[in-house]
Amino acid sequence: EFRRFSLERSKPGKFEEFYGLLQHVHKIPNVDVLVGYTDIHGDLLPINNDDNYHKAVSTANPLLRIFIQRKEDADYSAFGTDTMTRKKNVLSNVLRPDNHKKKPHIVISMPQDFRPVSSIIDVDILPETHRRVRLYKYGTDKPLGFYIRDGSSVRVTPHGLEKVPGIFISRLVPGGLAQSTGLLAVNDEVLEVNGIEVSGKSLDQVTDMMIANSRNLIITVRPANQRNNVVRNSRTSGSSGQSTESSLPSSTPNILANFLQGEEESDEEDIIIEDSGEPQQIPKAAPTSESLESLTQIELLHESTQNGFLPSSEMNLNHSAGSISMECEVQDPDHKSLEEDGTIITL
Amino acid sequence: MRRFLRPGHDPVRERLKRDLFQFNKTVEHGFPHQPSALGYSPFLRLMAIGTRSGAIKLYGAPGVEFMGLHEENNTVMQIHFIPDQCQLVTLLDDNSLHLWSLKQHGGASELREEHRFTLKGPPGSPPSATQATAVLPHSSREVLYLGTESGNIFVVELPSFRVLEDRTITSEAVLQRVPDDYCNRRSCELVEALREHPKNPDQILIGYSRGLIVLWDLQNNKATHHFLGSQQLENLYWQRDGSKFISCHYDGSYTQWPVSSDNRQPEPLENLVPYGPFPCKAISKIYWQTTKNGLPYIIFQGGMPRASYGDRHSISVVHGSQQTAFDFTSRVIDFFIIFSSEPTAEFDDPSAMVVLAEEELVVIDLKTAGWPAVHPPYLASLHCSAITCSHHVSNIPLKLWERIISAGSKQNIHYSNMPWPIDGGTNIAPDPPQRDLLLTGHEDGTVRFWDASGVCLHLLYKLSTVRVFLTDADPNDNMNTLGEDEWPPLRKVGTFDPYSDDPRLGIQKIYLCKYSGYLAVAGTAGQVLVMELNDEDAEHVVDHAEADLLQDQEGYRWKGHEKLKTRDGPVRFEAGFQPFVLVQCQPPAVVTSLALHSEWKLVAFGTSHGFGLFDHQQKRLVFVKCTLHPSDQLALEGPLSRVKSLKKSLRQSFRRIRRSRVSSRKRRGGGNASEVQEANAKFDQDALQEMELAPVQRKIEARSAEDSFTGFVRTLYFADTFLRDSSRHCPSLWAGTNGGTVYAFCLRVPPAERRMDEPVRAEQAKEIQLMHRAPVVGILVLDGRSTPLPEPLEVAHDLSKSPDMQGSHQLLVVSEEQFKVFTLPKVSSKLKLKLTALEGCRVRKVTVANFGSCKTDDYSENDLAVLTNLGDIQIISLPFLKLQIRYPCIRKEDVSGIASCVFTKYGQGFYLISPSEFERFSLSTKWLVEPRCIVDMPEVTSNNHVHNKSGMENTARKSRGSGRSSGDYGEDERKSGRLMEHALLNDEKVLKEIQSTLEGGRGSYAERNLARSPLGHGLSNGGAD
Repeated sequence: EFRRFSLERSKPGKFEEFYGLLQHVHKIPNVDVLVGYTDIHGDLLPINNDDNYHKAVSTANPLLRIFIQRKEDADYSAFGTDTMTRKKNVLSNVLRPDNHKKKPHIVISMPQDFRPVSSIIDVDILPETHRRVRLYKYGTDKPLGFYIRDGSSVRVTPHGLEKVPGIFISRLVPGGLAQSTGLLAVNDEVLEVNGIEVSGKSLDQVTDMMIANSRNLIITVRPANQRNNVVRNSRTSGSSGQSTESSLPSSTPNILANFLQGEEESDEEDIIIEDSGEPQQIPKAAPTSESLESLTQIELLHESTQNGFLPSSEMNLNHSAGSISMECEVQDPDHKSLEEDGTIITL
Repeated sequence: MRRFLRPGHDPVRERLKRDLFQFNKTVEHGFPHQPSALGYSPFLRLMAIGTRSGAIKLYGAPGVEFMGLHEENNTVMQIHFIPDQCQLVTLLDDNSLHLWSLKQHGGASELREEHRFTLKGPPGSPPSATQATAVLPHSSREVLYLGTESGNIFVVELPSFRVLEDRTITSEAVLQRVPDDYCNRRSCELVEALREHPKNPDQILIGYSRGLIVLWDLQNNKATHHFLGSQQLENLYWQRDGSKFISCHYDGSYTQWPVSSDNRQPEPLENLVPYGPFPCKAISKIYWQTTKNGLPYIIFQGGMPRASYGDRHSISVVHGSQQTAFDFTSRVIDFFIIFSSEPTAEFDDPSAMVVLAEEELVVIDLKTAGWPAVHPPYLASLHCSAITCSHHVSNIPLKLWERIISAGSKQNIHYSNMPWPIDGGTNIAPDPPQRDLLLTGHEDGTVRFWDASGVCLHLLYKLSTVRVFLTDADPNDNMNTLGEDEWPPLRKVGTFDPYSDDPRLGIQKIYLCKYSGYLAVAGTAGQVLVMELNDEDAEHVVDHAEADLLQDQEGYRWKGHEKLKTRDGPVRFEAGFQPFVLVQCQPPAVVTSLALHSEWKLVAFGTSHGFGLFDHQQKRLVFVKCTLHPSDQLALEGPLSRVKSLKKSLRQSFRRIRRSRVSSRKRRGGGNASEVQEANAKFDQDALQEMELAPVQRKIEARSAEDSFTGFVRTLYFADTFLRDSSRHCPSLWAGTNGGTVYAFCLRVPPAERRMDEPVRAEQAKEIQLMHRAPVVGILVLDGRSTPLPEPLEVAHDLSKSPDMQGSHQLLVVSEEQFKVFTLPKVSSKLKLKLTALEGCRVRKVTVANFGSCKTDDYSENDLAVLTNLGDIQIISLPFLKLQIRYPCIRKEDVSGIASCVFTKYGQGFYLISPSEFERFSLSTKWLVEPRCIVDMPEVTSNNHVHNKSGMENTARKSRGSGRSSGDYGEDERKSGRLMEHALLNDEKVLKEIQSTLEGGRGSYAERNLARSPLGHGLSNGGAD
């Protein structure tokens, strides 16, 4: 069954509207469907949020061919398997098996179903001899699984070579997250933990810092084995321009920055149980996702504007009161609404 | 997160910070750790104590204190004041001599090291040739006589420490006129004693260890008299008129010798073994004191019968038919007698005996019949039973202060009324700004109340909780009940008693309400006592309740200690704090947190199993809450199982180290001392290498809910705040656990008129789980003005503004890793400071402190004073959680120091630098308690010796005296660092510390019985901390 209709390219609108429009056009108002399109490489890619909807519209030349499948009998494997493998090669992503883990292929769905995974990050800003690894433990049962020890490393200084104390990875626990990512190895020297240099800090201090950051641990190491270093720009050359227009919205560094930002917020969600009711995440009382420099002003702002914020945060709570699922994971549907509210407040 | 690392560059704030915060270590309270030498100046009326870590402390009238530290950190062997001078000489165990002097500087006296010197023999001579054994500062103040191991006596000029070689008294010269048969039998050996003739400064008495005593004429450089003792000599003492002297010996005897011009080789007048006839221990020091009534005082140390009393540390006082052997609980280091020092006085007329024992200072009044002890105003033995916890209360109302003092004075009736006999110097420090109490809980179940307002930490009152319980030991079992015919006539003196009858009695938490006089104390076996102050003795029944913290949990078995048995029927309590309620937690685990609300008459307590609330007005348990995680087996079983083997192996390895160290401390090792030291150094090195072979690893693992001790209740807090809705506030109880959970209970306390009729009700209103799961160490509610809520009854007593109940309240939760501010009543997170993620340090202690500006009287602010596991003190602003300033305070290895730290409400603090000493520090520019005193030279009436002082000025060394308040912070730091370093050498302490590292800042009983596996640090980090 084919339908043809026109969209204004410059103002595609929101995905929700588009979805509604599709349902209306096809007269299937109560049927859950998956929407897909083919990109210039011929990959079938999903349309399920504003970003990839806009991307799809922008790539239409001039026709955007859209595939609609009923959700129940959708063939998930049809969606961009190529893209996925490419991504794995580049970033060594390990996707968390979610509800559909029994199925051979991974569902690409609403963005909140995505989550950050352990990866090498900041390749473009670090010296090639260093590697920044994010061990993302969120929701996995695997232990982080590594040990650190004191040691000494040789540094080049203006006075020649100098032996300085350092912190090293001493052991990987078999089956642990650290080992399974393959990004860390025994005798790698730890240089930073979540952006803070460890030089001058004791083993115990570094231990405490790592454990305090254990839910989103970013370690910068100097790998003991320097042969597997990521060569700069290898990503583009490696994938030989195939996927520059792939479904990944915008450029990689930005994504990482966004992730980082998001993490800072999400790793902190404490839980509250009110009057022996359901546990809920504790919302933010005020915007803290502001730019770093303006913190002092925010604090001053708090006092004056706090009351103004109160109703909205209460509203959030009320809003989420009905929800049952509570695993304090990103997939919690409330979470999105909170974040959105947060952004609205900041604006 | 880098935002927190960027220092704020607000110049106004920076200036204000300088007016508010300043770090000083001001004074050390308590008894010096490991004292090794004692000196006294009758002229200055000052006493000096030297320690094994090389510290020297001078004490005079209360408040007059000086401290110095030898750079070498060697044991101080001897201290001698220079007669009629503000100077003293110390001899260290490295054979170095140090000249110290008290100089006035900026209106106050300071103790400074002026000069140092080590006696050197001719090249090639053995070190024993110059090893000093006896020091005599001559009354001319110009020379020191140094007796050595070789038997030679060197003469050293003061203050230049120049050896006057032509005046050396060689043993050959001394032996010239000694009969051949005596001479052949024994050589002189080392010089044991040098004593100047009391009347004739040109004559000195020389005692050699093999028994020969010689009176030497300094003018003619020859021996005038020879006294041929047959026993190994220990010490000598002149009678005041110089006609006789007394010698004491290794075999427990003492001998009187006459000195007259006609007999150059007299026979002894009298030879006596006071505790004979069976073999006795040595008499190491003896005094002969004349009195007006003719009967002399003979006072000697030791001499007990070897077989039956050889283990006693005694000093005997014999006066006519009266004889008492004062029996000390720890080794006697040295003692001196205070007697009339007027040169014109005919008799000694001793007034007091001052005894420095290893663990305490005891002063005996010799003028009052029965020779009672004098209550010392300082140098209190804080550790007479080991300190298990401390609690500081600032600004005590005068009424309560007086009542505590009056209760304490009733306990002190057995003390002498004699004014403190060591009264040199003048205290010129301003009066303390307020009355402060420091309460210390002890292992033996006592709580001591100390006046912590000023420089002298003075015991006001001692409270014992033992009477409430039935213990194995019979309280009537008194060591002093000796029959009249007992021989030797031992009398136990002093308070140092490290042995606890029952470790379960140990005090773990103390809370005193200064307005109502209610006191809550909690102990090792889950006991919680609520007391009130009663000015009279009373006999009453203590109401007893049990709190079953495991209520609905099934199938757990407590393998720890049993609960304490209570005494049935009424119990007699002396005036003071008298318990009226006892709550016993079940299982009887150590109480880990305690809070008292005197206005609502509620007491809350927590253990590793849960917490409970008790209404001490109606004497009814309001509720209990079990915080245990079902998988937390360790907490359930109690502290005994599982961890023994580690403890044992630790102990063994430290014993090994200790054995080697002890041997290196032996004094008269002579030539092989250095060998022993070398061997030790090698041993240490080997041990180090061994450690390096097996590198220390730390496991990096996220905390999970299944970690041990997550239910451990770390903090309890009462607050009147908006818990449910923003229109009505109500009393609430907050509890924080080791697993990062905060519970909030809404309380309904009936109004005063119906307080006895209606029950107090509690209902859980909130439960917050911090996702980082670090132990919650502090909970605080800030009012609408972001000021911490006042203490109970503070507003009622007009001492605090009533809290702002209009604006919205905020909840501050401090975990070991983060500070977080939440809004109330709807809990939403507002601000946080992730301390551990940023700096790798963890919060050990946190308190709200009020800081006043030193510039203007009308500005003050509340901040958080935080002590971290690295020993740093940080000040963090409220309510914005900005780091203000950071000071290194305690060495991070000194875990017991960190665990013992208490902050006051006005930015001061105390921590233990040894089991017996509190270091006092100040973070405030405004509140500073430190010694400031003057020692004036009393006028010298006797002979005038020329003394060139200008020479000394030139050689003056760096100030190391009492000038600690100066901004010279670096030096202070180094100084105390050294002290602590030495303290760490005490191996028992190291062991204790390691144990407490393994389990964080819990009480001492837990410390001794619990230790986690070495990996525990990483495995369950924060789990049991």
